[in-house]
Amino acid sequence: MNKEAYLIKNLTDSNIEKAPTRDGYGKGLVDAGEKDDCVVVLCADLAESTRSHWFKEKFPQRYIELGVAEQNMATIAAGLANYGKIPFISSYAVFSPGRNNEQIRTTISLNNVPVKIAGAHAGISVGPDGATHQALEDIALMRVQPNMTVLVPCDAIEARKATLAAVFCDGPVYLRFGREKSPVFTTNKTPFKIGKAVVFRKGKDVTIAGCGVLLYNALIAAEELSKEGIEAEVINSHTIKPLDIETILNSVKKTGAVVTVEEHQIAGGFGSAVSEVLSQYFPAPQEFIGVRDHFGESGEPDELIKAFGMGVLNIKEAVRRVIKRKA
Amino acid sequence: MSEYIHDEKVKKLEVMANAIRQSLIKMLVAAGSGHTAGPLGMADIFTALYFHILKHDPKNPDWSERDRLILSNGHICPIRYAAMAHAGYFPLEELKTLRKFGTRLQGHPERERLPGVETTSGPLGSGLGQAAGIAYGARMDGKKFRVYCAMSDAEHQAGNLWESAMFAGNNKLSNLTGIVDRNNIQINGMTENVMPLEPLRSKYEAFNWHVLEVDGHNIEEFVDAVEESKAIYEKPTVIIAHTIPGKGISEIEFDFKWHGVPPKPEEGVNFLNELRTLGGKIKSEHE
Repeated sequence: MNKEAYLIKNLTDSNIEKAPTRDGYGKGLVDAGEKDDCVVVLCADLAESTRSHWFKEKFPQRYIELGVAEQNMATIAAGLANYGKIPFISSYAVFSPGRNNEQIRTTISLNNVPVKIAGAHAGISVGPDGATHQALEDIALMRVQPNMTVLVPCDAIEARKATLAAVFCDGPVYLRFGREKSPVFTTNKTPFKIGKAVVFRKGKDVTIAGCGVLLYNALIAAEELSKEGIEAEVINSHTIKPLDIETILNSVKKTGAVVTVEEHQIAGGFGSAVSEVLSQYFPAPQEFIGVRDHFGESGEPDELIKAFGMGVLNIKEAVRRVIKRKA
Repeated sequence: MSEYIHDEKVKKLEVMANAIRQSLIKMLVAAGSGHTAGPLGMADIFTALYFHILKHDPKNPDWSERDRLILSNGHICPIRYAAMAHAGYFPLEELKTLRKFGTRLQGHPERERLPGVETTSGPLGSGLGQAAGIAYGARMDGKKFRVYCAMSDAEHQAGNLWESAMFAGNNKLSNLTGIVDRNNIQINGMTENVMPLEPLRSKYEAFNWHVLEVDGHNIEEFVDAVEESKAIYEKPTVIIAHTIPGKGISEIEFDFKWHGVPPKPEEGVNFLNELRTLGGKIKSEHE
């Protein structure tokens, strides 16, 4: 482990604390509200499940209810930001930035106003709600929009930091959060700076670069691989855009192979972003952990993660495959 | 500035509207593409806004206390550009750059390109939400400026607009005035044939708006309606302005085929002549 990442000591402890990243969003919103009077929070009838109700309780005058109207939420927020506020818009990622994608493109990204878009319930780990509510394309939708910053925090603590950091980022920001409780394995001391990836574990044989809650699986896979004599370097690339090219390239130049890990369609997601960089600057074998052109379905989060090929075992297999492909 | 209008001022504005229409024809001919009918139809209203109604400063477009004019149907931006140039935001000469590479006068307006353009727009149905967001934010801070949102009639077929209308009505955004260019045409034909909007007045009333209807070419009537909207404290106001698409050029008037095409150069000469002679009533000094 990289000591400078200040992760918790017992990663494999079965009693590891768990919390959903949306909790970090809720706490981060309250932090943001305290730090800056311009922060306002909008929500489309999902206050409790996006955790924006914590902000509402603390700052009722700065909470704006939209009803079930995500397109309008984007345009109202664009207006508020145009005037001088710093709006956070909260919904499920399938609706925002899904349903309201064109409004985000025109009135937020092209307009270049500082609206912060929080997409909750992203990923297949939404679970029983099924495919309609499992956003698997939101990273792709957001990273192709100029002016947009894209953040995918790996646990509740990092989600809280990312939310507050978004306030001080000038332009539009997309923040991606999950529904299900996931291990809290970073600490308050773990570095977080937009655009700066963090090496969580040092290794020489392969790079595992990931974003979001699956990074925990990546770390567990790396620990288990170590027993086979494979030392994986694990990178937390919480900022998909702007991507920290330097950190990723330095690692892959050392290891010669990479596995990317994300709870998202492989097409257009984080792995694609890494691939775009590597093919240009340092072509190297890459394996992708993510969803392979499928919609999700109902089930328990853990079983879905495994069924769709994103479990610890899948990551280990991908590492072995990619190492074999090294020249 | 809150003032009713006098006959002499109306006459001055009508002369200005004619000059702005001439600029419109020239810039559209030079551009070789763009929308003709909508901008001509809104020339009187944009003249009234920029030369009588709006609190603004062309030399200081970012003045924080300015009234905000949001143009939702961005495709009629030539009328905004022409009115802005005549008002002194930038030289008239620059109008010729419309739609050309490197121009500040993009085919659809962009906020970051041209100071005074307030919002990037074009995709329909999303201007009212932005106007309502600005109005909401301004009210939170006790700001006195007003927000105006110019919309087309056909964009009332878009759901986003009605979500915004619901929001503005619910929040009693009385500092917001909508202006609907009710010219009855859209790309595929007449609005009432493509997807009927009527009864438009009662739709807005049902969304808790104060509704006024005016002749969009009667500057006095329009100014009075705006004044009335300032006196309504419990609701946002919408002014349904009945306009003639292509107003001022007999060949273009009422013809939906002129929605998205510019005049050819030879047509431009005739149209300018029609404007300069007020339809043949007076002799043009350009002849």
